Amino acid sequence: MNLAITLLVVIAIASVIGTVLQQNQPFNDYISKFGPFWFEVFKALSLYDVYGSAWFLVLLGFLLISTSVCVWRNAPRMVRDMRHYRLDVQLRSLRAFHLKREWERPLLPAEAVKRAALLLKLRGYGVRQKQEAAGAVLLAGMKGGANRLGYILSHSAIVVICIGGLLDGNLPLKLRALSGELVVEKRDLPASQVPPESTLPADASSFRGSVSLPEGAKADFIFLNVGDGYLKQMLPFTVALEDFRIEHYATGQPKSFESDLVLVDNTTGETVKKTIAVNHPLVYKGYSIYQASFSDGGSKLQLRAWSLDGPSSEAVPMEGAVGDELRLTTPTGPLTLELVNFKKFNIFPVEDDPTGKTHRNFGPSFVFKLRDQTGAALEYVNYQYPVPVKDRLYYLSGVRGSPAEEYHYLHIPLDERGGLDRFMALHASALDSERVRAAVRSQLEGVQEKPSEQVRNEVVDSIAALVQMFVVQGIDAVLARVDGSVTDPAKRNSMIDSYIKVLQGVLGELYIQVLRDEGLTPEAGVSEKDSVFFDDALTALSMLGPYGSPFYLQLASFEQRDASGLQITRAPGKDIVYLGCVMLMVGVFLMFYVHHRRIWVRVAALNGGSEVLFAGSGNRDRVDFEQEFTTLAEELDGLLQGHTSDKAE
Amino acid sequence: MSVTHEYLEQRLERPSLVARLGVGDWLWAMALIAGALFAHRRYAELMDIYEIGILYGTAIAFIPLGWAWKPLRGLGVVVAALSIGSVSLYGSELAAGESRFFLKYLLSSQSAIMWMSALFVMATVAYWFGFATRSEFTYKVGSALTWSAAAMGLVGLMVRWRESYLISPDVGHIPVSNLYEVFILFAIITGLLYLYYEKRYATRAMGAFALTVISGAVAFLLWYQFERGAHEIQPLVPALQSYWMKIHVPANFVGYGAFALAAMVGVAYLIADSRPAGFIAKRLPSLTQMDDVMYKAIALGFAFFTVATVLGAMWAAEAWGGYWSWDPKETWALIVWLNYAAWLHLRLTKGWRGRPLAWWAVVGLFVTLFAFLGVNMFLSGLHSYGSL
Ligand code: HEM
Repeated sequence: MNLAITLLVVIAIASVIGTVLQQNQPFNDYISKFGPFWFEVFKALSLYDVYGSAWFLVLLGFLLISTSVCVWRNAPRMVRDMRHYRLDVQLRSLRAFHLKREWERPLLPAEAVKRAALLLKLRGYGVRQKQEAAGAVLLAGMKGGANRLGYILSHSAIVVICIGGLLDGNLPLKLRALSGELVVEKRDLPASQVPPESTLPADASSFRGSVSLPEGAKADFIFLNVGDGYLKQMLPFTVALEDFRIEHYATGQPKSFESDLVLVDNTTGETVKKTIAVNHPLVYKGYSIYQASFSDGGSKLQLRAWSLDGPSSEAVPMEGAVGDELRLTTPTGPLTLELVNFKKFNIFPVEDDPTGKTHRNFGPSFVFKLRDQTGAALEYVNYQYPVPVKDRLYYLSGVRGSPAEEYHYLHIPLDERGGLDRFMALHASALDSERVRAAVRSQLEGVQEKPSEQVRNEVVDSIAALVQMFVVQGIDAVLARVDGSVTDPAKRNSMIDSYIKVLQGVLGELYIQVLRDEGLTPEAGVSEKDSVFFDDALTALSMLGPYGSPFYLQLASFEQRDASGLQITRAPGKDIVYLGCVMLMVGVFLMFYVHHRRIWVRVAALNGGSEVLFAGSGNRDRVDFEQEFTTLAEELDGLLQGHTSDKAE
Repeated sequence: MSVTHEYLEQRLERPSLVARLGVGDWLWAMALIAGALFAHRRYAELMDIYEIGILYGTAIAFIPLGWAWKPLRGLGVVVAALSIGSVSLYGSELAAGESRFFLKYLLSSQSAIMWMSALFVMATVAYWFGFATRSEFTYKVGSALTWSAAAMGLVGLMVRWRESYLISPDVGHIPVSNLYEVFILFAIITGLLYLYYEKRYATRAMGAFALTVISGAVAFLLWYQFERGAHEIQPLVPALQSYWMKIHVPANFVGYGAFALAAMVGVAYLIADSRPAGFIAKRLPSLTQMDDVMYKAIALGFAFFTVATVLGAMWAAEAWGGYWSWDPKETWALIVWLNYAAWLHLRLTKGWRGRPLAWWAVVGLFVTLFAFLGVNMFLSGLHSYGSL
């Protein structure tokens, strides 16, 4: 019994570990968290999978054995306790009871016995009677035997639940992996390439695994997570995802998601169609299919790539699906474009609403990564439609170095027709050295004193180089150059001012040209809108350096394809566990709310009357039982007393 | 003259429960059934078959509860009247909560919850004052305030339920879906459990202790509301959209409430035990009696917690595809459960009593607290429900 209590406490404490340390994460996460030394120590202690570790299972095994032994040893006594009235109790023991009363009354013993028996029966006690050798009569009363049944039920329940749980656990898999019969796969392989020694046949008795199915796809396998790797589990049926739907609340949170599934039995050919949703699984022949999650299943994206590293202002069409990796050649070397994700809705709180209650849908967006030869990657998110920022509209593209960072956004202003053309035209001309030089020259026209042709050429060269630097490397590079050449802060500021003036002048000249090319007449004055555009465009140009992409990818159109995350399980132990749970609940209530109580009345003849001894035992609920006993004693007292001359008929 | 057995029997006969029922009891039963029928007819399209079952099951379960503990009937009537009043003042306009006087200051869910908070704090003060002065009158005020607080809390929850549907029918749900809402439930249930034991043991001296933990919960609730805006009604994530929530969560909170109560009685016990002739000990019931209350509360809590955990496992089987995933919240439920199983064994098999078990009950409160607060604050897992 001490063992039982110790076990309960030890298991409770051991369970804490696995909640404090996130379980079953990729090993790399642990290494970076603990360092290589402690990583190994913790690994040796199985702290990354506590609940599947040998030592934890041993603890549970102890509980199982200890409880079984306990039930085995106690059950017979309990059953006896439930059914037997203690008629063999000795007078001496009765007298030693904590709860007892004694009376001497002139009532005939037989009558006293009758009345006492009546009282006990009326108060819910079962009563047995025995003629003792000494001529006395012993009445033994008992109630609440079900309390003992409660003990048996609840403790057997622990055993039953453990057995059911064991059936559904992956202990057998782990043993087979240990013996080398199975190899847990750790590489990131397509399903079709998982080797046979990592594949389990369809007849497994229990498992729990998951698979992600794109719309229109089907699968007859799932993946089981085992330790740091996975196994491929074949299924006796094929599931196909016909359609996946997701609904959102006004706040953008997912409200519901559901999958139209078609299941075809591989042996009988039987077909089942059902729509599953969270909390509404499909159950088929002991297999259950749950809606677990969702993701993009390879949406097709039609893109337009606008060059950001050359003087071209025409977009190049491109195509790809989410999940694709496209290899590109650029002047700076090969790049891999990884299409990572697509989202049809982006619902965010409206910024200028302080209550945060109004939400707006910013429309579709997609995420991609650009990876260079060294493997370093920048991640981008681009929105299809212009997004309002401070009451003006921009094409938004965010960039970040790693998922841990926030996105930095590039805001590209919209032209008259709501497109990118004007910005791209300005950008292209800023990279077109002929045009830039022409613009610089025309700027120099306005200068008072005319320098010599040679000085003039030098000035044109250096200004053109400045513009080039600004557009290709960004404003920071320009500032860095200033910092490198002057140290005096006053000089530095005036130099920056003049650089910016020059840049504004030259790019303004180019902008005028772009407007002219559009067929406008900037000579007659530039509209307010067009000049605001210019300011925004300058800001955007100044950011292109850190933006780091040789092109701007615009989403032209898409064909969405969702993937549904299914969890498929087979848990034959579940019914056993549930049986155990019912036993446990019933047992616990019986233990606490049915009180096992015993009462004795011993009547002996004394001087023509009776000597009555009344005693009781209720070990578990002393306080309540004392009350009941006192009441009973008073009642019995009354019965024996009130009618001294009474005779039963 | 001779007595017949019939005569004795008559004299001893205690009238059966049904025979002892008065008019009020029958009205109570009829009102509950009528209420359930009405709710069924009115909201049929919002409920699935299980929820209809839960509706009738709850109504039927509350009939004997009200019979066994009469004041519950009064509470039921007041809560029903105020809730219906509030809901009809709302009509179909959520904005009415801001414009109608009674809603704005009394019966909108936020106002009702504020009233609950204030009343619980006032009750705590009254109980402590009554404790210090041994004033029976102040004690009674404390009880009345606690009853009122529980009533306002329940009204707050009922109205909040309705308000969630007024926001939008697809947002509507029973308000036991996040930490803010269950804290209200916790305060109410702990208060009611205390009131039950107060009547049962005919002593109000433990009220000061019990109400202190409730005031603690109220303090958290207010912080959570004003600092974090937790009172905003949020739509349910898909995993929580299930009838299981309606039974799993309340069952859990009967457990948590009972454990909290046991811990506070444990505190009282420890103080009384260490200074038997002290100011506090003289005012408290006997040690045996407190020990008994502690046991009763833990037994009740354990029974309900067992049911809640089983229900949770069944829900998990349906929502996550496995009845047990060793998710932190699940695991902590197991830890709490094992902890009290050990407690019960010590008492029932080893015959321990008093001090060590009182200490253990107090420590148990921290374990419990971690299970329903700490896990949400510090650990991540599948339980999407209210992270801080
Ligand atoms: C998770 C595991 C367990 C739980 C939840 C549990 C629960 C309980 C509870 C609530 C009681 C009180 C019953 C009463 O009112 O009398 C009890 C009694 C008892 N338990 Fe356990 N128990 C567990 C494991 C064990 C184990 C492993 C043993 C033995 C090695 C054990 C032996 C006993 C005994 C002997 C009693 C006293 C029965 C009596 O005489 O009434 N229990 N258990």
